[in-house]
Amino acid sequence: MLTLPMLAVHQPKSVDEAVALLRDIPGARLLAGGTDIVPNLKYGMYETGNLVALRGISRELRYIREEESELRIGAMCSVDQLANHARVIELFPSLADAASQIAGPQLRRMGTVGGNLCLDTRCVYINQSHFWRSALGYCLKKDGTVCHVVKGGQRCVAAASNDTAPILVALGAMVRLVSPRGERIIPLDDFYIADGVKNTQLARDELLVEARIPLAAARLRQAYGKLRLRQAIDFPALNFGVTISVEEQKVAALRLCVGALAARPALVRHVDELRGRPVSTPEEIRALGQELGLRAQRQCKPLTNIGVDPEWRREILPVLVRRGVERALLS
Amino acid sequence: MSNTNGYRWHDPIHAPGGVGARIPKSDGAAKADGSGIFTDDLSFPRMLHAKLLRSPHAHARIRSIDTSKAEALPGVIATLIGSEMPARYGVIPWTHDEQALATDHVRFVGDEVACVAAVDERTAEAALRLIEVDYEVLPALLSPQDALAHPEIKVNERAKVGNITKHVSLSFGDVDGALSAATARSHHTYEYAGNTHAAIEPHCAVARADADGNLTVWSSTQIPHYVHRELSRVLGLAPARIRVIQPLLGGAFGGKSDPFSLEFCVAKLALKTGRPVKLLFTREEVFYSHRGRHPMTMDVQVALDADGRIAAVDNKILIDGGAYASFGLVTAYYSGQLLTGPYRFGSYRFDSTRVYTNKPPCGPKRGHGSVQPRFAFEVALDEAAAQLELDPIEVRRRNFIGENVDTVNGQRITSNGFLKCLELVESASGWKERHGRMGRGRGLGVAGSMYISGTAYPVYPNEMPQSGVLVKLDRSGRVAIFSGASDIGQGVNTLLCQIASEELGCDPRDVTVVASDTDLTPVDLGAYSSRVTFMTGTAAREACGKLRTQLKLAAADKLGCAADQVEIELGTIRSAADAAKNASFMQACQWAEAREGRPLAETGGYRTKDIGEGKLGGEYRGGTIGASPAYSFTAHIAEVEVDEETGLWRCTNVWAAHDCGKALNPTLVEGQIEGSVYMGVAEAQLEEMSYTASGQHRGPSLLDYRIPTSLDTPLIGASIVESGDPNGPYGAKEAGEGPLHAAIPAIANALFDACGIRVRELPFTPAKVLALIRARDEAQRGAAC
Ligand SMILES: Cc1cc2nc3c(=O)[nH]c(=O)nc-3n(C[C@H](O)[C@H](O)[C@H](O)COP(=O)(O)OP(=O)(O)OC[C@H]3O[C@@H](n4cnc5c(N)ncnc54)[C@H](O)[C@@H]3O)c2cc1C
Ligand code: SF4
Repeated sequence: MLTLPMLAVHQPKSVDEAVALLRDIPGARLLAGGTDIVPNLKYGMYETGNLVALRGISRELRYIREEESELRIGAMCSVDQLANHARVIELFPSLADAASQIAGPQLRRMGTVGGNLCLDTRCVYINQSHFWRSALGYCLKKDGTVCHVVKGGQRCVAAASNDTAPILVALGAMVRLVSPRGERIIPLDDFYIADGVKNTQLARDELLVEARIPLAAARLRQAYGKLRLRQAIDFPALNFGVTISVEEQKVAALRLCVGALAARPALVRHVDELRGRPVSTPEEIRALGQELGLRAQRQCKPLTNIGVDPEWRREILPVLVRRGVERALLS
Repeated sequence: MSNTNGYRWHDPIHAPGGVGARIPKSDGAAKADGSGIFTDDLSFPRMLHAKLLRSPHAHARIRSIDTSKAEALPGVIATLIGSEMPARYGVIPWTHDEQALATDHVRFVGDEVACVAAVDERTAEAALRLIEVDYEVLPALLSPQDALAHPEIKVNERAKVGNITKHVSLSFGDVDGALSAATARSHHTYEYAGNTHAAIEPHCAVARADADGNLTVWSSTQIPHYVHRELSRVLGLAPARIRVIQPLLGGAFGGKSDPFSLEFCVAKLALKTGRPVKLLFTREEVFYSHRGRHPMTMDVQVALDADGRIAAVDNKILIDGGAYASFGLVTAYYSGQLLTGPYRFGSYRFDSTRVYTNKPPCGPKRGHGSVQPRFAFEVALDEAAAQLELDPIEVRRRNFIGENVDTVNGQRITSNGFLKCLELVESASGWKERHGRMGRGRGLGVAGSMYISGTAYPVYPNEMPQSGVLVKLDRSGRVAIFSGASDIGQGVNTLLCQIASEELGCDPRDVTVVASDTDLTPVDLGAYSSRVTFMTGTAAREACGKLRTQLKLAAADKLGCAADQVEIELGTIRSAADAAKNASFMQACQWAEAREGRPLAETGGYRTKDIGEGKLGGEYRGGTIGASPAYSFTAHIAEVEVDEETGLWRCTNVWAAHDCGKALNPTLVEGQIEGSVYMGVAEAQLEEMSYTASGQHRGPSLLDYRIPTSLDTPLIGASIVESGDPNGPYGAKEAGEGPLHAAIPAIANALFDACGIRVRELPFTPAKVLALIRARDEAQRGAAC
């Protein structure tokens, strides 16, 4: 069996204690459901001897509630809870849909929303055993100097592979982060940065406490799309969240956020030009979807960091986006 | 320790019974509730854990190995390198081309170089990183084409010519004449990607040397006998000093039918340290051990005459073998020899070359050697039939070879239920109403196949039995069966209980099976080539039959009737003339024990030369390879749905009918059909052993190497056909491997029905399907202009 390195597991009783531990123990990492960090530790991807476990404070962090015209989702909610929560399904069906497509049933019960939002980026050259990576000669993200995906590349482009992120960005969600220095609340879109080594601006002693979605976003027409080769288990080969505000049968605002194609979930740009497009008939909706799909295709470049043919993913991206738009507007 | 754990049949809906009863698997409950003892569940006081150091290069010479730093690590008890057991071995005696640990030459990324035994796995793993190996990197040959083009670079010294493991060329009848005279022809190249077994239990071995110098090795193997032989030769220890035991097994599918480095390493380390040693592969290591489906490039021609009869089949096959031979010599033959049914071929030729390459070694995976050519042939047959506007089922029916006939290459077919199989799937799928009429993106496809029920002869020539069973009864009414056969999930231990019940009248739950333990059980060659039910079943029937006679003789005395008037039925033994004269099974055992005046125990054996008309196979070199005492037959119809915009497709249904001769336990046969279909669909849809340009496996994990989940699995309608083979036990043939073959071409043919595309390259990824759909549209546009 692959072994875990020797680890000390710290069990704080509160968020404050947790972030203090992060501050005081160099290299310490948070452990939520462990479904991402444990396999990565077995693969030798992190140099750490210390984990700060959040299980003991899950009561503090495990909630879904409406407050100050926001839906607030605690970091220690399981992905399964999110997928099956009646209010979530009612208000943000696309989010519940995204959560329900994560991994498989056991992993959804273990995996948390916080862990999903802070999921490490993935790449076929990094999510491998130490032996495998040593045989390859390592890579930029850990222990090495070259990137095997972008030849000559100086920046890791490992893929953002979390299923809840694109739709939460499209819904305009915020995240609340707590550190020993206090808290900050920032748009999820700003939380991510385009660096595969570490794709969030989380400080090393900072904890993501909750995600917040404005209740107003419940009015948006919305859909989630995920491409995977199997109907369960697989990380996204491509995923996206789309939200459309419709006024008087015309597009008033539109957001499309795609994941798995770069180190961060990315909003497709220049979509404001689609404002005012009529969406009262299936044909108009289809045309909008096609247009949006082509824009996404122009801006996104699938890479070989995911083991699913990048050329094919690029080719079908517009089809998937169009169908997402149709799902959002026709249902 | 013997393989007797977990005999609990609590399910009341399953009445006990003999042959033909649907009793649950004897180890099913133990596997489900976790109480079954697998190899990795074994633990001994002072046991050490071993880990293997593997080559990071696809091809290199080893200049030196220095283990001194590893040995100095606290907790490390011993290290092991190749020069300590350099003898070459291999499952086939003519191709001994492996070493437990490489002495001077590594041949793929993952080839074993050194081994460490330490107090725990973590320490052993840390120690591996302290071993210094000086490699001289050599150019790697990663494709069979490259390997043929560069004979000067030797992947494996054992190849006599260049990098060729085996070349076979056989021709039957006037192929060229028939090809040129034919009315319809299909000629294309097919690419079958390599794939692997993905058994859930990773390989594991434990060894223990006792104070008297006897060595015991527990291993998750499906060939304890060959492991026994090869351990003896590599360790230089008499076979009488070695005991090999196969505990409960978590799947094998052919992936555990070679001796592996881990068995030699734990044995040697146990001898070296005097402590028990365990080695459990990681999932990644399972991928390196591989022995899975060979990639094949097949240039196939199928020609039909004006009546749609198969006039000629010509196949040129290039087989990518990986770094070692494994069963490769047989693979080269099987790729041609097993294609000649269920249809009659007017003429046939194949030319097959298995080549060494710098990748993990291929070997036997369920349907060894014949799944790939079957795919190509069944697609080509469909295509040629379409030229004659012949219905795909009709062309298969028309070419049916029949029963009690010889194939074009001299194999004797006895029973053959193929027509019945076709009929069943035709009606179950609604073929007549639906084929060709399901609209864009939906379709049905059909395919047939045949497979062996064991190879006629053992892999090392000898006159000894190929299977052996010893059965003991006594006054308690308990039956003990000592069987060398490996239950790898196919359920042979359950069948043994049923055969005992059938012959002796005992409750199958009152049977203990002591299995696959080379000290205690008679030799059986192992679970491969679908030989177990046929051969072990025959042996068990013989042994139980002898005891049945003894029970009858004793009962006749006591019941006051003639021996041939004694009837045996579940639980009772009675006079046929007067049912009031009866006794329990236990009573009968006591009478027989008293009458015989000695313990009741009998043996039974199987040798091909003792059945039927004797020698099997064609009268030419290699004519016995692929010769089997009986052949199973299968027909599948698959239904697919294709998303023409993305190329994504799903196989929604497979109707599979399989002629297994006689279902000794229909539930187990259905399980084998379902499992086979699952595996076939997996190969068609997802599975591929894929390597980087430097020869590294792209994703040696069950996340990256995708096998279907239950959600990706079609609905499977399994039907059993019983043609009753004259030579099989109770008429039985095989069910473990045959039903896989037809799934893949049936899907390919269904994709044609759905979209008018011919997929000739596995797996049928959505990218490939989409490209073919685009090409089709392009061609249609071209035709319209
Ligand atoms: C086989 C398999 C398939 C999977 N498929 C999918 C999939 O399809 N889609 C998908 O999105 N994911 C998938 N996952 C990944 C994972 O299961 C989920 O993303 C899950 O939600 C992660 O949550 P966790 O609590 O287990 O994270 P953990 O592993 O505990 O943590 C993940 C990372 O986030 C950090 N972290 C955790 N909580 C916080 C917090 N509150 N604040 C700051 N940092 C934190 C950890 O330090 C760690 O670096 C899969 C995993 C496996 C093993
Ligand atoms: S994208 Fe490049 S640097 Fe990043 S993990 Fe993959 S190979 Fe390494």
